[in-house]
Amino acid sequence: MTLQTEPISINFGPQHPSTHGVFRMRVTFDGELIVDVEPVFGYLHRGSEKLAEERTYTQVVTLTDRMDYVASMTNNQAYILSVEKLAGIVPEPRGVWLRMIAAELQRIASHLVATGFLIQDLGALGTPLMYAMREREKILDLFEMMCGARITNSYLRPGGVFADAPDYFWQALRQFMDDIPGQVDEMEELLGSSEIILQRTKSVAVLKPGDMVNAGITGPMLRAGGVDWDLRHRNSYDYYDRVQFDRPLHHASDNFARYWVRIQEMRESIKIVEQCIKAIEPGPVRPKSVPFLVRPPKGDSYVGIECPKGELGFYLVSDGGVSPYRCHVRAPSLMNLTLLKEMLVGTYMADMFVSFGSTDINMGEVDR
Amino acid sequence: MAVAIRAFAPGAVASHYRDSVWVEPTEWLALATALRDRREFTFDLLNSISAVDYIGYFEVVYHLTSLRQNRSAVVKVKCGEGRKDPIVPSVVSVWRTADLQEREAYDLMGIRFEGHPNLKRIMLWEGFPGHPLRKDFVTYDQSVVPLEAQQAVAERKAQDGA
Repeated sequence: MTLQTEPISINFGPQHPSTHGVFRMRVTFDGELIVDVEPVFGYLHRGSEKLAEERTYTQVVTLTDRMDYVASMTNNQAYILSVEKLAGIVPEPRGVWLRMIAAELQRIASHLVATGFLIQDLGALGTPLMYAMREREKILDLFEMMCGARITNSYLRPGGVFADAPDYFWQALRQFMDDIPGQVDEMEELLGSSEIILQRTKSVAVLKPGDMVNAGITGPMLRAGGVDWDLRHRNSYDYYDRVQFDRPLHHASDNFARYWVRIQEMRESIKIVEQCIKAIEPGPVRPKSVPFLVRPPKGDSYVGIECPKGELGFYLVSDGGVSPYRCHVRAPSLMNLTLLKEMLVGTYMADMFVSFGSTDINMGEVDR
Repeated sequence: MAVAIRAFAPGAVASHYRDSVWVEPTEWLALATALRDRREFTFDLLNSISAVDYIGYFEVVYHLTSLRQNRSAVVKVKCGEGRKDPIVPSVVSVWRTADLQEREAYDLMGIRFEGHPNLKRIMLWEGFPGHPLRKDFVTYDQSVVPLEAQQAVAERKAQDGA
């Protein structure tokens, strides 16, 4: 006798603990097999783009913090680079080196969160996540020394950063830089050699590289599919052309590859920070000539940077006033969800949130 | 860029300025396929779709990147002359990434993408009145201030100006 099964629709979220925020999915199952996925967005929509139209260029920096709230520094960086391109501001070298240090530390912190929560989604409740969070906490302490804030930094300004880092920051950074390579090794050893993790993540939710490019997926997800595309290398904003770093590539394009690429990228970020510390020289952190009320000439500018999740771009239109006429955000978290259906259909219920976690999205950025 | 497009599609380019190319809405879908597939362009990544409200008309801005040639381009499509019924052909069939971005532009700016498979609101709920990123949208803060107070402020401003 054959068993007749009937597809059943289950609603996940928006208050599900594994949705990394308030994300909702309508998933149709046949037994435990996923047959259809429909993502529903908008539970964290705050109208940031509209709010930006009523604020000055400097005030919008605080709005960008709250988009991807686990990677505020890179959000600041993308926005500031777009403003600088629009207004033709040439930044001070020390300010640029400082924001590169901040951005790379932020990348380590964001990848730690991504890895920690991926393991949490696999069912290892607590302990591995705490290892990741412990290291992230040190980075947040460094940010606190730099600018007084831990999560919503608002550290960058057009032309550089708003304040120089104090002397004790450099001591603490040295201490951190001596510790972190060992901690990353430990994490990789703990997680990458675990039989359970390998079995659960390898060959799950495989995406084709061609499809990913067509669907606008960027960042570690794309590099996990073997596509060598990193804006730090290709586009070379700030002083990324003056530092040496590798671009780790994996060719499996599955959940394990995405996790592996993030671990390797943390190592590359450590390398970059080391070079920045060597290269930085005393001097002003932002030019005196940049006024508080930046008034860019009429026109538009788009700058995309490599944020921890992919290409983060700000499209700004100026009408010559003190606030942007239009501020559009190209959010990598939203784009990376384009192929969610293709990724999940055909996998099992238990793998759903693991695959979802491996895309490393942030709802603050998806909904803005 | 504009010269290269004119070489094979003479009627497609409306105008160009610096690195931006304005394209006729009717020609856009065919041109998008060519921009992706033709050897001199190979724009395989659509970075971003932004919609801008210029009061008199709307503009949809496409940022394209070629991974192979490592170069980018900006294509703009003007639509909705006189704020009436802005319609642009959807490019979901060319770049899958347009799916969610076009829904976002439809939701927040009210631009209809013809041929989109699932053109529903994405950030706001169905039945939300208006499109908030349009310049004539009245925000909640603006709407809770009583009309008399608004008029008083406007009068005072007019007097200050005079």
